[in-house]
Amino acid sequence: MEDTITALATPPGEGGIAVIRLSGPESLQIAGRIFVNGKKERMVQFRDRYFNYGYILDHNKNLVDEVLLVYMKAPRTYTKEEVVEIHCHGGMIPVRKILDLLLKEGARLAQPGEFTKRAFLNGRIDLAQAEGVMDLISSKTEHAARASLQQMEGFLSKEIKAIRDDMLDVLARIEVTIDYPEEDIESLVEHEIRKRLCAARDKCKNLLESAHQGRLIREGIKTVIIGKPNVGKSSLLNALVRENRAIVTDIPGTTRDVIEEYVNIKGILVRILDTAGIRETRDLVEKIGVEKSREMTQDADLILFILDASQPLGKEDMEILQLLKDKQVLILLNKSDQPHVIDEEDIRSLTDSTILKTSMVDGTGLDQVENFIYNMVYSGRVEQKNPVMITNNRHKEALIRAERHLGEALEAMDASMPLDMVTIDIRNVWEALGEITGESLTENLIDRIFMEFCLGK
Amino acid sequence: MEFQAGKYDIIVTGAGHAGCEAALAAARMGMNTLVVALNLDAVALMACNPAIGGTSKGHLVREVDALGGEMGINIDKSFIQIRMLNTGKGPAVHSLRAQADKKKYQAEMKFTLENQKNLTLCQGEVEEIRTSGGRVCGVKLATGEVYSCRSVIVASGVYLKSRIIIGEYSVDSGPNGLFPANRLSENLKDLGFRLQRFKTGTPARVNKKSLDFSKMIIQPGDPRVYPFSFLNKPIEREQVPCWLTYTNERTHQIIRENLHRSPMYSGVIEGIGARYCPSIEDKVVRFHEKMSHQIFIEPEGLHTNEMYVQGMSSSLPVDVQIAAYRTIPGMEQVEIMRPAYAIEYDCIDSTQLKLSLESRNIEGLFLAGQINGSSGYEEAAAQGIIAGINAVQYIRQEEPLILDRSDAYIGVLIDDLVTKGTPEPYRMMTSRAEYRLLLRQDNADMRLTEKGYRIGLVEEERYQKLCTKQETIQRELEKLRNAVIPPSEWVNEYLEDKGSSPLKSGIQLYDLLKRPEISFSDIIKLGETTEQIQPEIQVQLEIHAKYDGYIQKQLKQVEQFKKMEKLKIPRDLDYSNITGLKTESMQKLQKMQPENIGQASRISGVSPADISVLMVYLEKRRREKRSNEA
Repeated sequence: MEDTITALATPPGEGGIAVIRLSGPESLQIAGRIFVNGKKERMVQFRDRYFNYGYILDHNKNLVDEVLLVYMKAPRTYTKEEVVEIHCHGGMIPVRKILDLLLKEGARLAQPGEFTKRAFLNGRIDLAQAEGVMDLISSKTEHAARASLQQMEGFLSKEIKAIRDDMLDVLARIEVTIDYPEEDIESLVEHEIRKRLCAARDKCKNLLESAHQGRLIREGIKTVIIGKPNVGKSSLLNALVRENRAIVTDIPGTTRDVIEEYVNIKGILVRILDTAGIRETRDLVEKIGVEKSREMTQDADLILFILDASQPLGKEDMEILQLLKDKQVLILLNKSDQPHVIDEEDIRSLTDSTILKTSMVDGTGLDQVENFIYNMVYSGRVEQKNPVMITNNRHKEALIRAERHLGEALEAMDASMPLDMVTIDIRNVWEALGEITGESLTENLIDRIFMEFCLGK
Repeated sequence: MEFQAGKYDIIVTGAGHAGCEAALAAARMGMNTLVVALNLDAVALMACNPAIGGTSKGHLVREVDALGGEMGINIDKSFIQIRMLNTGKGPAVHSLRAQADKKKYQAEMKFTLENQKNLTLCQGEVEEIRTSGGRVCGVKLATGEVYSCRSVIVASGVYLKSRIIIGEYSVDSGPNGLFPANRLSENLKDLGFRLQRFKTGTPARVNKKSLDFSKMIIQPGDPRVYPFSFLNKPIEREQVPCWLTYTNERTHQIIRENLHRSPMYSGVIEGIGARYCPSIEDKVVRFHEKMSHQIFIEPEGLHTNEMYVQGMSSSLPVDVQIAAYRTIPGMEQVEIMRPAYAIEYDCIDSTQLKLSLESRNIEGLFLAGQINGSSGYEEAAAQGIIAGINAVQYIRQEEPLILDRSDAYIGVLIDDLVTKGTPEPYRMMTSRAEYRLLLRQDNADMRLTEKGYRIGLVEEERYQKLCTKQETIQRELEKLRNAVIPPSEWVNEYLEDKGSSPLKSGIQLYDLLKRPEISFSDIIKLGETTEQIQPEIQVQLEIHAKYDGYIQKQLKQVEQFKKMEKLKIPRDLDYSNITGLKTESMQKLQKMQPENIGQASRISGVSPADISVLMVYLEKRRREKRSNEA
């Protein structure tokens, strides 16, 4: 019996439509629990290979997205298993929300290359493709491993590791009294265990909560572009949008003076605000206004401050640099294709922020801007400033499963189950939280037991 | 001068706990078996503590018994105290532990070997295992005897190049002044084995007459005695107590002041000791904040005054031992009869074995017990019986008996040794068993006896007993499910008395038994049952009703696990041909040659992605083969 896996089947963050695929025996049951038809009724039966129009609803019956759902009956499918595809709107928000719901309903996030692997093992793909599959698995995994390594340093990983470590400690304390009943070891009292399980569950809940509602997810990283007129603000915005495809364009109802764009930079939702829309009246020429900058950058996660490299540093620029001292700022010396006039030393004397050279004419430095944003998020710099979580589906899945097992452990304790059985659930918690690194529980547990306790003949 | 001394099917070198089980299994399965032991006075010697069983080790004894082994029967004959540990916890971790009369244990086991049909016991030192064409063909003894055979089981324990260390003194010797085996180590090296050096130790034996028990706490046995062997009924026997006392700051001070004389700290000992078996000096150094440590005084037998001092294992010089022991309450006048010592010995790197315990390189050569890096009598016996069975299967050219991690603690033990190897003497622990709830000591017979029967080791009597037990359980479960008791005044009063909620409508006895506060004896009263239900059946019914949810949970995990175990990997697969494997994983897999995908996934450093690649590769290979045939 295989379990049911799910993943985004289309490239992330691109295209107007995204396809989420499920494969495995429970595909239809899982999808069926979150899908309603056009009349907002639950569907009992799905015809094989038919498009069903309807909606995805969350647990509070709130509408998540308008979708098309296709059910493909085994074995005439890509994986030869039961397959469901949900065609939803492209972009990170609906995709993430739908994936979350599917995970909560019991699907597991597919490993890199897992659909293809299943297709092959079930005899769907021919021999010539097998080598490709193996390469795909290893290369994708390497990529994922690198990515998760970077995330390991992030705030969420630290939190997860802390819960996991606490569970290992609880386990070691229970296990040691089981394996060494005659040693005079103070056993962990039940209410202490309960307290720690509850605390862990609350932590999981909070992390999930913030992962769900985190401002970064809902609104994206609020990024503000400031700078004098004609330094290239609009060009930068346009370049970022062009390269990354805007997710939402021209949201109506935003400030009349400001243009707002959402872009997906390497999987991170970035909300860019640009002052390009401000009508530049005559007396405002050559001025951006220190007051205006203060106002705009007030609650920004990142400020892109553009300076014209072909001009000397102005007095007002210096004032603004002063003003932004404690903020997350990236300074762009634009127009690097023209003769360099600006004195970098002057800027450095006023700020510790990163300085990059860009040119909107030939695209110089754009990659570096994107890398900067990506690294800023994954190195945890954003979280420190604003306690907001970035979400990674694998982390989220781990937390969902951990929370469930913690609930089961607590239920078992309520039912007066012996502690050695409750450990089955606590082991599951540890394993759920640990799948990113793939360590073995038993060895960690035994190491911990012998490190902490004095045992033996 | 060497001479042809005889011909056997199987030769077992060593008659310790592994050797005895191996030899008995082989002989009972009809093989003409020779056991060569260094000293026939040391058959089934308990070189360390005078006890069998304990957490997880008690499980191993039950499993050996369920397969038709001897350890359980032998300790039932010779125990002088018995206790069920962990009774306050769930049924999965209840564990039997017995104090043995050491001499009686040895005498009974030796007599059983002597009386066993097809079995010959002789004294001698095997110095060479002879092979021909990559296969075992015989052994040569130091005294010139050459025996030919089809399979050899090496169960040489801690005797390979063993060295005893007591403070500044050290001597090449086996335990208790027995000869070491110095030649076989070299021979194993020549045969291609990688050896490692382990260390273990034992505390002093002291004279009972020199102890003051009034200053210690008595530790009696259980009033009701459950036997180890499934063949035995509860045993009535007078029991002997153990005694509990504690070390104190003075003890620790003496040890600290003399640490420089300890070979462990001066660097004389190179062998790797086990973390779960620390010497008293280790405990004092590593857990310096602990003001006192428990010391159990255990009798070594009924006809001796020697007592074992559990907790005081040491390699300090004798004068320090005397001084330290005498600081302990009740031991002020203690006379040490045999000093504590550390022992170093050669053993093999167990990853060179197959799951059948056969050597990967030499056909027909099996290894079992401490030579494989394990420690403990029970761990040795468990490997012994499996090696014995599989040597027979090898000769019969039949599939080996491989127990997996969901079948038995024996499976966990062997899989850990073979798949992961061990950097220190390996001790069984219940925490090592992922499917602990299924691997209980109370159901070892239901897990294993049929397997033992099918390969011809379990006798008819034991098998019939199992069948009856299983039928009775099914019948009684049916009854519990069919019996509905209606709410009545006395029933509800009875329940409230037990702190259980009263009934509003009729309830199945089975559902009532699910309540944690209701035991089977309550069910008997409430159901007004008149017939006798044996205690071992009651236990099964209770576990069934109370823990079914968790049992189902584990069964589901086992199902996933088994799926991976069933995916066999062909022998001698060349992993260097597989694209997509990480280099490190490729090298490990190449070296370990795992037998199935599940085992491959447990090799440390092999990632889930490597396993996916391997599965795809195997499928590809299978299809290529099929299309070539077509």
